Amino acid sequence: MQNPAASPPYNYRVVRQFTVMTVVWGIVGMLVGVLIAAQLAWPWFNFETPWLSFGRIRPLHTNAVIFAFGGSALIGTSYYVVQRTCQTTLAFPKLAGFTFWGWTAVIVAAAITLPLGYTSTHEYAELEWPIDILITVVWVAYAVVFFTTIARRKMEHIYVANWFYGSFIIAIALLHIFNNLSVPVSFMKSYPVFSGTIDAMVQWWYGHNAVGFFLTAGFLGMMYYYVPIQAERPIYSYRLSIVHFWALIAVYMWAGPHHLHYSALPDWAQSLGMVFSLVLLAPSWGGMINGIMTLSGAWYKLRTDPIIRFLIVALSFYGMSTFEGPMMSIKTVNALSHNTDWTIGHVHSGALGWVSMITMGSLYVLVPRLYNRQAMYSVGWINTHFWLATIGTVLYIASMWVSGVMQGLMWRAVNPDGTLTFSFIQEMEERFPYYVVRLLGGIIFFAGMLLMAWNVYKTIREEKNRDGESNLAEA
Amino acid sequence: MATGHERIEKNVGLLIVLTLVAVSFGGIAEIIPLFWDKASTEKIDTLEPYTALQMEGRDIYIREGCHVCHTQMVRTLRSETARYGPYSMAGEDVAEHPFLWGSKRTGPDLARVGGKYSDAWQRQHLLDPRSVVPESNMPAYPWLAENQVDWSLTEKKLRTFAGPLGHDELYSDEFINKQMKKVENEWSDATEMDALVAYLQSLGKERTRRE
Repeated sequence: MQNPAASPPYNYRVVRQFTVMTVVWGIVGMLVGVLIAAQLAWPWFNFETPWLSFGRIRPLHTNAVIFAFGGSALIGTSYYVVQRTCQTTLAFPKLAGFTFWGWTAVIVAAAITLPLGYTSTHEYAELEWPIDILITVVWVAYAVVFFTTIARRKMEHIYVANWFYGSFIIAIALLHIFNNLSVPVSFMKSYPVFSGTIDAMVQWWYGHNAVGFFLTAGFLGMMYYYVPIQAERPIYSYRLSIVHFWALIAVYMWAGPHHLHYSALPDWAQSLGMVFSLVLLAPSWGGMINGIMTLSGAWYKLRTDPIIRFLIVALSFYGMSTFEGPMMSIKTVNALSHNTDWTIGHVHSGALGWVSMITMGSLYVLVPRLYNRQAMYSVGWINTHFWLATIGTVLYIASMWVSGVMQGLMWRAVNPDGTLTFSFIQEMEERFPYYVVRLLGGIIFFAGMLLMAWNVYKTIREEKNRDGESNLAEA
Repeated sequence: MATGHERIEKNVGLLIVLTLVAVSFGGIAEIIPLFWDKASTEKIDTLEPYTALQMEGRDIYIREGCHVCHTQMVRTLRSETARYGPYSMAGEDVAEHPFLWGSKRTGPDLARVGGKYSDAWQRQHLLDPRSVVPESNMPAYPWLAENQVDWSLTEKKLRTFAGPLGHDELYSDEFINKQMKKVENEWSDATEMDALVAYLQSLGKERTRRE
């Protein structure tokens, strides 16, 4: 790393704010996840209470983990990465501060309104129109800060991580605006301007690219900075990063209709969605290959550095779920998988395995640097966290695969005379053991998040590490 | 290639513009043609507007997040038409703001549930699902029977569907006035349970009636 004395005075304040809140929102979002997993196994956990019932707090879980945990991680790390890679301080520090408080206000508003039942029903875009307007304002401010910082860079080239963060900012703005166009009837109630099939197509154009840009392009930006930093190697292939960047952002936007196979959406749109989803495998794996191969020549670090383990296993889960996704977009496979727990398993191999683990690994690199420490308070705890996260993820996705495939098969099973073999409720009964295993996986993953929070707290608070040695970085 | 790309890497304005161009094609190609697609935009002949009670019931369905666990989309697959009824058609949903097709069947599809069970069964099931389906994992909704329907926005909702949302053919002035009279005379004491059951019982009838 550069000698800090020779660096420009970076704005770490807003990065620290987002980083700490990433950990806090991670705990909140995952705790709600554990609760709703318990509700599916034992409905008693709905407590017959409106604001705790599954239909209202499942969107709270998805919003909390995607936008609160993931969003804070993305905005926070992008502010760090754009400063370090452009060798300049963040533009408009007050506006940057506003993005933190604005984004936090959006999250608090979501945490209040979703349990109260205010929802647009559009998945991952449930928030009602006044909150949508606040999101738009914060997002524009974020874009202004980010791109102006790039414009003021001290070097000629814009580093690849910033292309990915930049495309995430631009695409999310576009998606958010079009999917939330609605006519208000009161302060907290509105109807979307589009209806039926068109509303469905717009929603899944949004929904799939919330995955594509929020949960993929943004986190690839994170990957393109923290993997080479921690591996102390340059990115494997510059040429590959160019090709897969443009292919990824162009192709992702076409993949939405695979959420609507065999529905009332016209066939040509379904087919387009499927073809582009299959093509998407190539640019997705471009990112995985570029990340994992960055470690080439330094594979031994996997044995010694638990942070590298986090980053590389995250990329492996990314590769796995971006293989699974195109397979599930094939119409005949989708006929079986759609509407089942398989989709939930697929999402979580991305959300737990990729998004969470790349965030955790990156934060373990970032936190000591933000607080002038040599390393995290306990490297041993990072290793424990790594195993908790990995085992939790595997239990979660394996149980959902089995449950999902079983659902698909039982729903379509027919007797020789053509009648259905199983009633819906016979199938539901069979899910119970898998829902319990999923809950167990979620609890283990959540336990890892708690350990991380304690490690982050001790790193910030203590000047010594767990072995009692000074942990202060030499300035 | 690298040299050509260098121009983009050195110019943030160019990077922004080209990114915008790259992400635009998908939506343009897949969404915009639907506005001229008759199957997607023209209603089926038998489509009827929601009554005031059904409209409020639908908003309770939305509030409680029923769509989180129940789809309203019978796919064009034999196993689905055998289980649920005629497959869903775009023309049934042209006045559906928002669409409620869902994405997950924790419980069964509801696109054709109207008339499948009695009102009494629906009420009992919503009050205590396990009293009628012991293996069910659905939450209970006892508060629906206690809460009265809030009618304060109903007329505005119906007029929004007629005006800004463009369905005046379904939601005519005459229809809306008649509905608001019924609210006054028949439904003023209705509970949220009444409204939700009325909505559920309306589901899918447009399509099954034609068969």
